[in-house]
Amino acid sequence: MKREMTGAEMVLQALKDQGVEHVFGYPGGAVLPIYDEIIQQDAVRHVLVRHEQGAGHAAEGYARSTGKPGVVLVTSGPGATNMVTALADAMLDSIPMVCITGQVPTNLIGNDAFQECDTVGITRPCTKHNWLVRRVEDLPRILHEAFYVATTGRPGPVVIDIPKDVQFATGEYEGPRHVAHKSYRPRVKGDMDAIRRAVELLSRARRPIFYTGGGVINSGPAACQLLRELIELTGAPITSTLMGLGAFPASGKQWLGMLGMHGTYEANMAMHDCDVMINIGARFDDRITGRLDAFSPNSLKVHVDIDPSSINKTVTVDIPIVGDVAHVLEDMVRLWRTGSHQIDKAALDGWWSQIDGWRARNSLAYRPSEDIIMPQYAIQRLYEKTKGRETYVSTEVGQHQMWAAQFFGFEEPNHWLTSGGLGTMGYGLPAAIGAQVAHPEALCVDIAGDASILMNIQEMSTAVQFGLPVKIFILNNQYMGMVRQWQQLLHGNRLSHSYMESLPDFVKLAEAYGGHGIRVDKPADLDAALDEMIATPKPVIFDCRVANLTNCFPMIPSGKAHNEMLLPDEANDEAIANAISADGKALV
Amino acid sequence: MNAQNLNAPSAYFMAAVTETPESHTLSVLVDNEPGVLARVIGLFSGRGYNIDSLTVSETEHEKHLSRITIVTTGTPLVIEQIHHQLERLVPIHRVTNLTVEARGRNFEKPLERELALIKVAGVGEKRLEALRLADAFRATVIDATAEHFVFEITGRTNKVDQFISILKPLGLVEVSRSGVAALQRGPEGL
Ligand SMILES: Cc1ncc(C[n+]2csc(CCOP(=O)(O)OP(=O)(O)O)c2C)c(N)n1
Repeated sequence: MKREMTGAEMVLQALKDQGVEHVFGYPGGAVLPIYDEIIQQDAVRHVLVRHEQGAGHAAEGYARSTGKPGVVLVTSGPGATNMVTALADAMLDSIPMVCITGQVPTNLIGNDAFQECDTVGITRPCTKHNWLVRRVEDLPRILHEAFYVATTGRPGPVVIDIPKDVQFATGEYEGPRHVAHKSYRPRVKGDMDAIRRAVELLSRARRPIFYTGGGVINSGPAACQLLRELIELTGAPITSTLMGLGAFPASGKQWLGMLGMHGTYEANMAMHDCDVMINIGARFDDRITGRLDAFSPNSLKVHVDIDPSSINKTVTVDIPIVGDVAHVLEDMVRLWRTGSHQIDKAALDGWWSQIDGWRARNSLAYRPSEDIIMPQYAIQRLYEKTKGRETYVSTEVGQHQMWAAQFFGFEEPNHWLTSGGLGTMGYGLPAAIGAQVAHPEALCVDIAGDASILMNIQEMSTAVQFGLPVKIFILNNQYMGMVRQWQQLLHGNRLSHSYMESLPDFVKLAEAYGGHGIRVDKPADLDAALDEMIATPKPVIFDCRVANLTNCFPMIPSGKAHNEMLLPDEANDEAIANAISADGKALV
Repeated sequence: MNAQNLNAPSAYFMAAVTETPESHTLSVLVDNEPGVLARVIGLFSGRGYNIDSLTVSETEHEKHLSRITIVTTGTPLVIEQIHHQLERLVPIHRVTNLTVEARGRNFEKPLERELALIKVAGVGEKRLEALRLADAFRATVIDATAEHFVFEITGRTNKVDQFISILKPLGLVEVSRSGVAALQRGPEGL
């Protein structure tokens, strides 16, 4: 079906044809023609944010919680540059996102026109691909191609930069067609031979471990189902990265908790001592591996990843498998079943008793208190109170993020929204808004820090306007806690600019925005206040005053290996002061 | 051109690079569209890879295809990374490591040629010496006055390097080089 229409109409038509129901955006001169189309229809609903970065993270939260691409629409110049952080965030966490930016008219490009910036130049390194559309004839094809590129292969953000004259120009619109892309062809099916070797290797393992990541979640619900099946079939332990939480249920017996810098002792020790490691959809990130030359020294490694550039990037592996996780897992499960494979029972039992020994170290332990709220306790209570409900949890960045990952148990994929790769403070509130837009009936909670929440607090106004009852649960320690912790570990406890002076009164702030504010500072009052938060049918800011100087443990100090973790019961002042060597101090 | 790559996306890795860097020539087939070269160069600078030489030109007009030839240096793992990172770029059709292919056929290198224009100014004995050397290197004179020559030379990079360095004491004024163009030996194409 071909039809004559303007560029702006094409944008809306393409969004509809791509099944887009929500767009997050902010208007401006260079996108007015598109906004004029938005108001004249109601198939695509527009959520007006208060800052373009908020639109970006909201789209990410929407995408992460639905598996569909998030869509944003912003103006040229400052609208586009405000979007850069969210694009970089989506790039590192492989989140599908389509960003439409307005641009000055084609004849003004390069003239330093009002609100002109080189959007494709600025966003090139932080997008999977981007386009400047110079002719209206190219617009329909590029719009559909953008959705295809963003959502297939390793997902990621794309930018379509549309000059204003192209939005006004008329041309012929064409709907999405299924034609092979001329150069971009992601590979989904893994090499059968490699898969067969991986299955055989696994069946001969004596100390196997599965190390899974965000790729499983990106691959979709089927991938998570197959993963659960394979874990059950093999009896092997499983750990996951921050991005992969929820792919395997936290209540599962074979679950070791998260691994990495703030992962559990048992997960990291098992990674270190395993003889066969199956990495599925994770990328050997530096927060995971710790010191590289001491990373899992005695294991044979299998790596399943849809992106060939992830293979052998930092850790060389023995069996690389390039393909989509669900496809590869399907083959693995089938081969495991048809081959009647089994891991040696005695070896596996021995491995589990070793793991149980590490588990008994209880690496997440903290000293409870009756007078002050321990941050870990606050997360535990939040978890207990929200169990059994449809709950989506987003976070900001810092200690609270790690405690949420450690103490909130995720049973299902797509319910955990966090900025893993870029570590963007200010991600959580807009991400929760995005999730709430997609799931109006669900409980959407942003677990926040007192510093991070101020980075995109203006989005409270969005939440109120659109009746999105998100809950902001602030673990208020009056510090940039994670920065303070690192200053204690690395810089002689000189707390340079990490104390949060002059924090606002969060209760009044909530009220000023038209939301509801709650403040609690006694453990005994916490449960009732959580009930109140959950029952409130509008946005809530919960100012949870927690112990100020708590450190987040366990921890692999910079420059150390998995088996050199700092455990909470060993972390006295002296151990903390000496945890990191001179070499380690240079690391990030 | 760029700083030595340590294959280290974060300072977190202090693992020493044990493998030795090698020079590789990559042939990259791309859509000839605006910005494609910026994508390739941005990838190299953003990830700290070396570019020793880079040439680009449209090679198949009807299909809008250009061929980029890149000479880069890195350890085998870094070279593999560069290859895969290039393949991730959407407008890239194909990446071929010509050096690896040449080795597979028992050659040290693929066919590689570079063109250089070299200006030399001087009089008397030095001038005659420059002309004699040009003859020995099969360089041709493409511009001359009583005080200068411009030579054109084609050859492998090390031959061009050698010719330029010999001309230095003989009044070398300036040089313009094309960068390396390369093809695989034998009858097949990419
Ligand atoms: C945009 C941005 N700026 C700076 C940082 C560096 N940073 C990481 S954690 C952190 C402190 C976060 O403090 P808070 O939000 O109070 O959380 P807490 O660690 O106390 O739980 C900072 C400044 C960051 N991650 N993101």
